[in-house]
Amino acid sequence: MLHELTLSGLTSKLASKEVSSRDAMQACLDRIAAVDGQVNAFMSIDRDDALSQADAADAALAKGNTHIAQPLLGVPISLKDLFCAKGQPANCSSKILGDFHSPYDGTAVRKLRDAGAVLFGRVNMDEFAMGSSTENSAFGRSNNPWDLERVPGGSSGGCAASVAAQECFGSIGTDTGGSIRQPAALCGCVGLKPTYGRVSRYGVVAFASSLDQVGPLTKDVRDSATLLGAMSGHDPHDSTSVPTDVPDYVAELGGDLKGIKLGLPREFLIDGIDPEVRAAFDAAVKQCEALGAEIHEVSMPHTEYGVATYYIVATAEASANLARFDGIRYGDRVDGDDPFSLYCNTRGRGFGEEVKRRIILGTYVLSSGYYDAYYLRAQKARTLIKRDFEQAFETVDALITPTVPSPAFKAGEKMDDPLQMYLSDIFTISCNLAGTCGISLPCGFSNEPKLPIGLQFLGKPFGESQLLQIAHAYEQATPWHTERASL
Amino acid sequence: MEYETVIGLETHVQLKTKSKMFCGCVNQFGSEPNTNVCPVCLGMPGVLPVPNERAMQLTALAGYLLNCEVPGFAKFDRKNYFYPDASKDYQITQFDFPSTTTGHVDFEFGGGIERVRITRAHIEEDVGKSSHFAQHSGVDFNRAGVPLLEIVSEPDLRSADMAYEYLNALKEILIYGGISDCDMEKGMVRCDVNISVRPRGAEELGVKVEIKNMNTFSGMRRAINYEVPRQIETLERGGTLVQETRRWDDIAGITESMRTKEQAHDYRYFPEPDIMPLKPSESWLSEVRSHIVELPLARKQRFVLDYGIPAQDADVFVGNVPLGGFFEQAVSGAKNAKAIANWVINNLQARIVETGTTVDELKFEPAAIRELVGIIDAGTISNKGGQEVFSELFENGGAPEEIVEAKGLAQVSDSVELDTWCQAAIDANPGPANDVRNGKDNAINFLKGQVMKASRGKANPQVVGETLAKLLKS
Amino acid sequence: MAETDFDIKYVANLARIALTPDEEAKLGAQLGDILGYIKQLEELDVTDVEPMAHAVPLANVLRADEVRPSIPQEAALANAPKQTNGLFIVPKIVE
Repeated sequence: MLHELTLSGLTSKLASKEVSSRDAMQACLDRIAAVDGQVNAFMSIDRDDALSQADAADAALAKGNTHIAQPLLGVPISLKDLFCAKGQPANCSSKILGDFHSPYDGTAVRKLRDAGAVLFGRVNMDEFAMGSSTENSAFGRSNNPWDLERVPGGSSGGCAASVAAQECFGSIGTDTGGSIRQPAALCGCVGLKPTYGRVSRYGVVAFASSLDQVGPLTKDVRDSATLLGAMSGHDPHDSTSVPTDVPDYVAELGGDLKGIKLGLPREFLIDGIDPEVRAAFDAAVKQCEALGAEIHEVSMPHTEYGVATYYIVATAEASANLARFDGIRYGDRVDGDDPFSLYCNTRGRGFGEEVKRRIILGTYVLSSGYYDAYYLRAQKARTLIKRDFEQAFETVDALITPTVPSPAFKAGEKMDDPLQMYLSDIFTISCNLAGTCGISLPCGFSNEPKLPIGLQFLGKPFGESQLLQIAHAYEQATPWHTERASL
Repeated sequence: MEYETVIGLETHVQLKTKSKMFCGCVNQFGSEPNTNVCPVCLGMPGVLPVPNERAMQLTALAGYLLNCEVPGFAKFDRKNYFYPDASKDYQITQFDFPSTTTGHVDFEFGGGIERVRITRAHIEEDVGKSSHFAQHSGVDFNRAGVPLLEIVSEPDLRSADMAYEYLNALKEILIYGGISDCDMEKGMVRCDVNISVRPRGAEELGVKVEIKNMNTFSGMRRAINYEVPRQIETLERGGTLVQETRRWDDIAGITESMRTKEQAHDYRYFPEPDIMPLKPSESWLSEVRSHIVELPLARKQRFVLDYGIPAQDADVFVGNVPLGGFFEQAVSGAKNAKAIANWVINNLQARIVETGTTVDELKFEPAAIRELVGIIDAGTISNKGGQEVFSELFENGGAPEEIVEAKGLAQVSDSVELDTWCQAAIDANPGPANDVRNGKDNAINFLKGQVMKASRGKANPQVVGETLAKLLKS
Repeated sequence: MAETDFDIKYVANLARIALTPDEEAKLGAQLGDILGYIKQLEELDVTDVEPMAHAVPLANVLRADEVRPSIPQEAALANAPKQTNGLFIVPKIVE
């Protein structure tokens, strides 16, 4: 079946004219029709637009365009609902944007289009990327394809679910504190969070500007390498985008782990890790050793402060980033007698509970009299966390950790305990604070129910190429990435 | 009790850039509403700001012109407040590490030179413009994102007139440096005024009142002249002043309370995560420094001192830089600077205004004015002849001596010819001649007039006078 | 870090978010817990540690002063909940 192909599997069939982009697109649409009622990954799909993009790709292929010049030519890709594409909605799974349609294309979207991708559907997320389960979506949660009672993770839960349910050949998400890697782990796919500054943030609705980064979710490591290559590069519209060359990530894949030094951060192996996750992780470490890697225990002494630091920095930035949703220039408006009441009414009705919680927290930590105690202190703690990484990378090439302490939890389980929800981000958060890159890939399954378990590698800043090589070597030596959820 | 007024100003000036501060929209006044806008300055979801380098150069240059330090590290911050004209509901500004700090402005006031210290001059973005209707308000974001320099003074001003002169001096400096056009009509300069009063001799400052958003200098002067007596009267009545923000009602001519300290905004400043910090390099700064210009006051003092021209003339050359530049070239190597200044101010400036031309477009070189004054002083032509030469220069260019020649304007100083004319005048007018002989010196003017008439204005009047005197006494 | 004086009404007002009494009670309690957890940062010795505002150490990222096309008025106002005569319409601004 066409929808079962990986992205690279599809492109070789497109290149050999075995299948057309329209076939591939139609296969996705059929698959969505068949399973998305259960998974609920997609917010909106413009069918006609999708098929006409596919036809355009077929025409380009017929004209002789190749996947060397356009690596994604004809490949259906889904987008998290926070990417701005001209004429398309960008709801961020929130009510507050109303019937907003973007007047412009963001850079990642433009680059994907330039690479030939068929950008066809917008997938669900936690409202404004705030959450770890998609339960904070104003339009209902998505379900984990491995167990529909469970969450797919978040905030890029729709991305992970759409990939795991084989409704698309790859999906683009964002990762602020683990929002790509955690859902990838929970849904058994590959999720890559690039180094801060690797992919432009222009046209991505901001949650926390100094932490957000765009990245792919795919069926295997090679596909992530392909999507990363297509999206990366300096963007003059984003002052924080770094002018560093983009390697050919796909060409650099291959090889084993001989001579690779992997760091095992002592502070990550805490009590509270699910025993099955721990067992799968220990086996993965052994597997890497068997593939030639040297394992070194390293210390990241400030790990335990990561969550607190993150929830100060991220919410402070969010409190300003989300101020613009005020009912004046776009989005839903609830009127008032004066601008003040208009703002309060609009934002009171338009934002969901988690977004309100975080905006209020972020407002508080910046407010007069508290700035130094909370925000400034968190910025300093962030420096210490970054130093932990710098020191570790003096001796090792990458870190190896579990992605999440436990497999997918049941919907509703943590909704009334936001702090517990926040603490489940503990392994993914520090990577964003330090600004470096990380990848999650499957490393096994739990029994009863069978749920995916994620392995995380964290790499040096702009070390995506090596990170992908390590992940690829592990992936190719294990069977996990070939397993699919049965729907 | 006698009171002393203490005033500090926060002056906002739009920078002279082609594009806005953080996006490529044109920095232009007077367009149809919401036409000079894009997703960035409209605060659309997902957009990012990228600072305009020219604006940063102008900020640093303004810092140098205001005698400020330009630190090796500066950054942008977000100032959070909800307002319909703020498209992101925060303003990008500079909080604790501004691009320039601690300078001063010297200016003429009350017959001497005063100095006002400058706390800082930082860069920020302008907001949109609201218009108010009966039931609602409307917002135009054309102005949103225009680069705005905020110049904060220390509380060194002591009166409305002093504040007024400070603003004029500041405006002149900024126009000089090409920092801003400072066009008041287009709202390019606005200021907030901080006013307090205290018993004369007291060290401590009184309770501060801020008057927001003054957009004319005269309005500001009137507002201070209203506010100071209000504060003094309140204190003298035994009342207390509260720290507050007041609004100036230009029609009623009064200030009214907007909000007190308790209702003050909590702006929650924090570092702008979307913009990287500024670490100006030595070469970048030295490029900026190469655009430093002479300040108006220094120019005035130099003109008076170096050329010996009156202060009023120097003021003209300060106010009109190209004209002053022309004067400086004309005067180089000349003896009679005052006469050159007169020609440049009274004749050249008048014709430039009249014809709507510019100094750059003149058809003659500054040296021509020097030459013209030289031949007038030498008596070669009369002042009246000089006017003719000047008209010709202005209209068609050329060299003064050639024009004199071509038009036959040279005065006759030749003694033989003059003797003949003078003797004829004496012979024809025995009455006035006798009057002169009898000591009525004024009568000689009549004879002089007759000689000038006979020579059709070509006789050198000074030599005519001398000749008549000589002939009448002999 | 005294989270005890956390005043949800004041902060929600600063953030311009109208809360129902139920929301106030619930969010207030949850934020109390979160602030209690965040308090652990107090333990950390941050003497002489520079604050970190950006994840990468870039500086002087500027653009040339070049004019680029704006968008048409129609596009600018296309998403406006209320607009007249080219302006975004809001309730009367009093201040």
